[in-house]
Amino acid sequence: MSLEPEATVGIDRVRFAWRHGQRDVLDIVHFAVAAGERVFIEGPSGSGKSSLLSLIGGVTSPREGSIRILGADLVRMPSRHRDRFRADHVGFVFQMFNLVPYLSMVDNVTLPCRFSRRRRERAGAQTGTPEAEARRLLARLGLDRDGLFERTVTDLSIGQQQRVAAARALIGAPELIVADEPTSALDEGARGRFLELLSTQCDEAGASLLLASHDPRLGDAFDRRVSLPELNRAESDPNRRAA
Amino acid sequence: MAIVRLAFLSVLNRRVTAGLTLLAIALSIAMLLGVEKVRRDARGSFASTISGTDLIVGARSGAIQLLLYSVFRIGNATNNISWQSYREIADFPRVRWTVPIALGDSHRGFRVMGTSEGYFEHYRYARTESLEFAVGGVFDDVFDAVLGAEVAERLGYALGDSLIVAHGTGDVSFIEHDDKPFRVAGILTPTGTPVDRTVHVSLQGYTAMHVDWAAGVPIPGVRISAEEARTMDLTPETITAFLVGLDSKIAIFGVQRRINEYREEPLLAIIPGVALQELWDLMSVAENVLRVVSSMVVVTGLLGMLTVILSSLEARRREMAVLRSVGARPLHVFALFMSEAGVLALLGAAAGVVLLYVALLVGQPIVTREFGLHLPLAMPAPADWWIIAAVVGAGFAAGSIPAFRAYRLSLADGLSMRI
Repeated sequence: MSLEPEATVGIDRVRFAWRHGQRDVLDIVHFAVAAGERVFIEGPSGSGKSSLLSLIGGVTSPREGSIRILGADLVRMPSRHRDRFRADHVGFVFQMFNLVPYLSMVDNVTLPCRFSRRRRERAGAQTGTPEAEARRLLARLGLDRDGLFERTVTDLSIGQQQRVAAARALIGAPELIVADEPTSALDEGARGRFLELLSTQCDEAGASLLLASHDPRLGDAFDRRVSLPELNRAESDPNRRAA
Repeated sequence: MAIVRLAFLSVLNRRVTAGLTLLAIALSIAMLLGVEKVRRDARGSFASTISGTDLIVGARSGAIQLLLYSVFRIGNATNNISWQSYREIADFPRVRWTVPIALGDSHRGFRVMGTSEGYFEHYRYARTESLEFAVGGVFDDVFDAVLGAEVAERLGYALGDSLIVAHGTGDVSFIEHDDKPFRVAGILTPTGTPVDRTVHVSLQGYTAMHVDWAAGVPIPGVRISAEEARTMDLTPETITAFLVGLDSKIAIFGVQRRINEYREEPLLAIIPGVALQELWDLMSVAENVLRVVSSMVVVTGLLGMLTVILSSLEARRREMAVLRSVGARPLHVFALFMSEAGVLALLGAAAGVVLLYVALLVGQPIVTREFGLHLPLAMPAPADWWIIAAVVGAGFAAGSIPAFRAYRLSLADGLSMRI
């Protein structure tokens, strides 16, 4: 037993293939993210970024090895518990189409609170109700201009949509924020602002941030950068190498 | 519950396709329930129209035809029967009472029936109910008329008003018995039977209208006024049919056979209940065809819904991944799609019921006028609730197909959409 605080993410000797019998796409000896740490994962598309983030989210299971989030072993958990665990402790931001088109901005942000009691309670503890917390977070992310809350989310610009997605990931203060290419649909200026906002909010909430991108320039603002092709011992896609 | 709310909002978001799907389901349910209602009400109103009458006797034709024109005022008699035969049969042993019926004239779309005072005494409907007067009473004078409730209401007649009978039963008549007006002597209470739509006159009055007629047209140059007619012998030569009551049910078959074998004139005696049963047997084929067709329409409606949901699936894979990322389990995704189908089927059923009642409200007077069938605006019958439940259940069942596909997709896709 270590006396150090439990790492937010701990991955050991993990092998992963999308289908049984197929070649491994991930083979990682060790990877960890400390509490509150901001880690940048760099790698071209096809290097296994999405696979790694799916594993950390507990949506998929490795062939072998252990994945511990906040000390809990995801691999040993039944999938039902993994879904609950993800809802409670992990917030996600994707590249695009992050929002549910038929929900309002505030409803999109409070969505995790509908699946996780822990996050509902934590969001409520911050500002009273999840809705109030959603408005607070949206305001912090610069989305409090007049009439914006009433707009359909599909009317928002992509930059605004990404910030709504960030607010959703942050609501109820999950310990880990996972972002998969969150800025690749944004232009240069918006990209920097978004990263700064996300980073600040993670700091404020004390959450660890794990951000994956193919763009190495994004890595400067992070505590640590990890190159996935170096970390991952599995052969990269043979088709890609041939190309 | 969160998922049902999501499903509702999702359906609301796709208003146009969801609305059209809903309309298809609503129309199909309205049709299915409408067919059932018409079927049930037709049976109910037919079955409760006549009771207490043991035999109906008319000229020899079909049992159903005789039943339809004598009791339901639908169609016409092909032939009359002689007064002499009527009198002889009235004197048959076991015959307790007889009521003559003369048909063939109308008043502003309502059939006029010549009959005796005994009609109001012996006629029974809804098993045991006898005819009651709202105002006035039976005919006192040759030119007295007793109106059914609907005739009085629709045409706005009150006691003492006079009315002129038209010759023939068409909606529009060119020949009227305008020289012999009738006076309203009584108005009956509503019965929900064809009696409501009948103008009853005395048999003498009926005969008086036709004293200066022969072979269906006025005799040229002969004009007999109402006052002159009063002084004449107004015993009719022929009548259309008559109702017979016996002193014992056991005698029915014996008397029926005797009338059917009557040598002086070809007659037909029918037992109302038996003729009604024949009518049902005849109608049941058409009823079943209607039922099958309307069930098919419901299936088509649900298939339409299935198509709409299935074809939206591909476009919604991203949405499923987002839901998964915020903690939804694949089972939640399954429930979401099931709920969408359920919401559509439920709203469709509700809209269908509303549609049916609107159609009834609009169509009721038309159906009553055109077909003599009264469709009461009642709460859905227990059988209707079963039909609605079955359709909604089938909607859910159909929803399980896209729901299962979505479940599989969301399991395979996880957080990223892989094609």
